[in-house]
Amino acid sequence: MTRYVLRRLLQSVAVLLGVSILVFAIIQLVPGDPIRAALGQQADPETYAALRERAGLDDPVPLQFVNWLAGAATGDLGVSFRTGETVLSQILARTPATLSLAGAAIVVALLIAIPLGTISALHPRSPVDWFASLSSQAGLSVPDFWLGILLILLFAGTLGWLPSSGYTPFTEDPVDWARHLILPAITAGVSSGSILTRFVRSSVLESLGQDHVRTARAKGMRARDVLTWHVLRNALVPLVTVAGVQLAYLLSGVVVVEYVFAWPGLGQLAFQAVESRDYPLLQGTVLLFAVIFLVVNLVVDLAYARLDPRISYRSAR
Amino acid sequence: MRGRETLALLFRSPTAIVAGAVLVALVVTAVLGDSLAPHDPTATDVSNRLQSPSTAHWFGTDELGRDVLSRVIEGAAVSLKVGAVAVGISLVAGVLIGLVAGYYGTWVDDVLMRLSDVLFAFPAMLMAIAVLAILGPGSTNAMIAIGIVYTPIFARITRASVLSVREEVYVRAARSAGAGDLRIVGRHVLPNVTAPIIVQTSISLAFAILSEAALSFVGLGTQPPDPSWGRMLSEGRGFIEQAWWMAVFPGLAIFVTVLAFNVLGDALRDVLDPRQRSAMAGTGVTP
Repeated sequence: MTRYVLRRLLQSVAVLLGVSILVFAIIQLVPGDPIRAALGQQADPETYAALRERAGLDDPVPLQFVNWLAGAATGDLGVSFRTGETVLSQILARTPATLSLAGAAIVVALLIAIPLGTISALHPRSPVDWFASLSSQAGLSVPDFWLGILLILLFAGTLGWLPSSGYTPFTEDPVDWARHLILPAITAGVSSGSILTRFVRSSVLESLGQDHVRTARAKGMRARDVLTWHVLRNALVPLVTVAGVQLAYLLSGVVVVEYVFAWPGLGQLAFQAVESRDYPLLQGTVLLFAVIFLVVNLVVDLAYARLDPRISYRSAR
Repeated sequence: MRGRETLALLFRSPTAIVAGAVLVALVVTAVLGDSLAPHDPTATDVSNRLQSPSTAHWFGTDELGRDVLSRVIEGAAVSLKVGAVAVGISLVAGVLIGLVAGYYGTWVDDVLMRLSDVLFAFPAMLMAIAVLAILGPGSTNAMIAIGIVYTPIFARITRASVLSVREEVYVRAARSAGAGDLRIVGRHVLPNVTAPIIVQTSISLAFAILSEAALSFVGLGTQPPDPSWGRMLSEGRGFIEQAWWMAVFPGLAIFVTVLAFNVLGDALRDVLDPRQRSAMAGTGVTP
């Protein structure tokens, strides 16, 4: 197990290095002068010179990379070409909004997946199973930005129950925070819910066929107790890790949903960075998302190895 | 499995038949776009702006009086073209990388697979946005961006299949008969690893069309006046309360197309590669 953990850690460090090279390359690959592109030709020469020096663009490229990497490792992701604020402070200011949206979306996904997946596994090839399969296929195919617009049309426009866009911090008004969160969370959670529904279904089906479940039934245990204590407990443990992967997808996948609902999260920040050609800001957000992705995948792999020792043995061989 | 057998098995699935019919209709629509469209998709008529669906304009008109149905029909060609070229890029690049990595193994495999891990570490949409930030917005650049994003998955799938095929008796026999690497890969390995690649192509087409629509929706993909479905949705969003049809119909077109590719991909997986279905179930792998 220790060998497996060490191997996975080393692999992640190597991938992280590759990721950093690609993220660093963004600013190098922009045609022309990236600061001129961001500030325009009429920019104040002093601001231009200060930003150029701060970004170290006159240094040799390998030195620029080493400096950028050393900065990134200590949380210094440079300063925004547009606002002059540090990239880290802008990222930190937007993180709570994205975290709350991704967190709420995974709750929505689980609320869809656990009941629907379980019921369809308990009644395989029935109309319920057919409905679950169809709705999970539809959930995977529906464009989230379109679903968001339809929900706005229905719940904000026609019924007037919920706000169509915007964000209120939890600390200011928890009720208004929740009201603003409902539609974006449903929009973002549907596709993950569809993936998780398939997982829950196959996991529960597998669990239902196991010997200890048959034994529990043979001993006369009530069907509901068999389901709760023997089937779901076993089937849903791996769901924790799969939901973890989905959370990582959601953290980065809510980019377009944030755009639809004017949700001031990291996705919106990435779009603003692209629109204003603020490359340090873009580098910072892309790097953050990639690191989150890597860390979650690493944790999930290690958790799997812990739950199923065969994985680490197989990999060690 | 031969093509005819595959088709025979596919025809046993009613959902695959429906999905296939939808896609054939879509391709026909894309090819015959101009002659099928009841109106000129770019012709403006301000006196007829924001008209609700009627017999004259089945899907209504937009804020400039353009016929929404004609624009949805014209958008089919754009979406299919971007999706097909993007998947073509990732298919060629990914299969080539996977073949080389899987066939040669050793450090070549290590280097190529670590590079693919690096690309995999970026969330798909964000990666596409970053590529477009460098190349600039536009449908050609969107094809390249989406193509890059989906390359690693083709590389991994191909490599995994090549690893199991390269030790087969017929490959070893060809090698001992003196066949060169190119011949072995082209004649013996590639034909035996196509099943998962075909399945992945169908699923990737769905996600490529979805990605193009998302990029156009946020203004980074197809640019005006070309009527891309994502772009139309974005324009319709601003008029959602006065003219729901402007956003509903282009969105429906994306949804039906993506659903058809996904259903067909699933059916193909059942027929060609049933093992992959169980292996993929619940892994959270987004193709």
